[in-house]
Amino acid sequence: MRLSEDERAMLAGEQGPVRQWALRHQIDVAEFFDADDLVPVGQAHVMADTESLGEAGVAWLEGLAAAPAAQRRVRIPTITDPRGLDFASYKRLKQTEAMAAIEARAIAAFEALGVLMTNTCINYQTILPPVRRENLALGDTGVVIYSNSVLGARSNFEGGPSALAAGLTGRTPRYGYHLDRHRAGTMHFDVRHQPADFADWGALGGIVGRVANSYWQVPVVTGLTTVASSDRLKHFGAALASFGSVAMFHIPGVTPEAPSLTEAFHGRAAPDAMPIDKADFEAFYASYAATGDKVDVVVFAAPQLSLFEMSQVAGLLDGRRIHADTSLIVATSPEIKFAADRMGLTRRIEDAGGIVAAGVCFYQSYAREMAEANGWQRLLTNSAKLVNIIAGYGYKPTLASMERCVDSAVAGRIV
Amino acid sequence: MPIVLRCHKGIGPAVTGTALVARDNFSARYDLDRIKGTFSRPAHKLYGQSYVGQVLVLITAKGGVASAWMLHEMKARGMAPKAILLDRANTILAQGAAFAELTLVDRFAAGDPTTLIRSDDELIIEPAKGLVTILNRD
Repeated sequence: MRLSEDERAMLAGEQGPVRQWALRHQIDVAEFFDADDLVPVGQAHVMADTESLGEAGVAWLEGLAAAPAAQRRVRIPTITDPRGLDFASYKRLKQTEAMAAIEARAIAAFEALGVLMTNTCINYQTILPPVRRENLALGDTGVVIYSNSVLGARSNFEGGPSALAAGLTGRTPRYGYHLDRHRAGTMHFDVRHQPADFADWGALGGIVGRVANSYWQVPVVTGLTTVASSDRLKHFGAALASFGSVAMFHIPGVTPEAPSLTEAFHGRAAPDAMPIDKADFEAFYASYAATGDKVDVVVFAAPQLSLFEMSQVAGLLDGRRIHADTSLIVATSPEIKFAADRMGLTRRIEDAGGIVAAGVCFYQSYAREMAEANGWQRLLTNSAKLVNIIAGYGYKPTLASMERCVDSAVAGRIV
Repeated sequence: MPIVLRCHKGIGPAVTGTALVARDNFSARYDLDRIKGTFSRPAHKLYGQSYVGQVLVLITAKGGVASAWMLHEMKARGMAPKAILLDRANTILAQGAAFAELTLVDRFAAGDPTTLIRSDDELIIEPAKGLVTILNRD
């Protein structure tokens, strides 16, 4: 592998053990993927909720944070994905003092490293959107797929330790989606039933993801006549990444690297299209159906809600009251929560009995323990990503439109 | 003569262990009860089975980035698999294995390892050499 003079110095420990660990880790990953060198990156985004970190991960971070300041501070803007707990709402969600304590330790360690605690998985909407051809080290699958596909930036899925390593060294191994050859379309899907709402856009991502089923596949989606928006593509991409481990897609005429179908496939002939019709959507929803069941918790999250989504939820809840036996949780970023507070959206949601949590995203927040503490099992959401994740935590998830989720929350059963 | 399978150079130390094979995928967050050490996702082909100390042989890695921390956390509590063998790893599993110093190999010359290795096979995995040896069959 080619290393610069600066990289060789880091590897030799001349800039301290923290940067030495970071570069060593990056070389291990680079060799696994046959990378020739490291590429400078403009931002790093660290997924590091405390449920994932555990005591071992937090203690490891604290070890890094104990190094001298010049050796431990990140070199590039380094931000964070949602946390494990929101200090303003954790008691209402029956999360524990032990969870709050380990969360505080992790935050203190990250701050000592110079990490900016943005706590968001919608940083491309709220912090600093990546730009085309910008190399990045992003640590949330939904953030990566959106940045690669919709914005034309370049990132692999970077797990927490790797994203932090990128923050510390200012570079990342040049493999995967940093390289042109991996960004060409590999599969072709033709949509013959138009998605109507965010749940449908997520369902479409799930349908494509189940077929693609590989990090190295790049689906090309044609046939969409509905005008895509940032929030729609957010739900589509998040579900596609979740169901298929996919990091990039093209929509000819919409996404920047695919002005045409031919360009989506880098000049090669498009393969035969796999049709996606109404029956595929119906089958997708049917796999999570539970009409009539008591609903324990309704969740709007995964990804965190934009200001417009917050406004929609507030509008649907105006003048209504959530059923006494049902919880309704809305998760958003700290920036959007601040705006929602200022604009009265939080008050409208909470007046109806909902909980607005900031800087978390539900499934990253000790979901199993919350289920046990609150007696939750049947979960209703308009996030296809969440229904894919949450079954492993002991929930029975159902996917429905935002309107149906709210109606069900008010009725206390799935309508 | 034991069966020797060639794969891409991997990550982590050489280990021996017993295979647990499924034509399914892997995510520490989506699929596991990491406290109990079992597969907890009802739709997973290994649902209910313990993964602790096993050599998992699966197709690919799925879903989110959490596995990169979780492998480290599981290993610290003695609740990790012995090794993970995949047809094709994604970046998260490779990064997580590197961070946790857990054995990981993929890209087998003879194809998908879930068709080459059977549950209960005794294996030697040598990531630095890119070799997996099946000891109990020839």
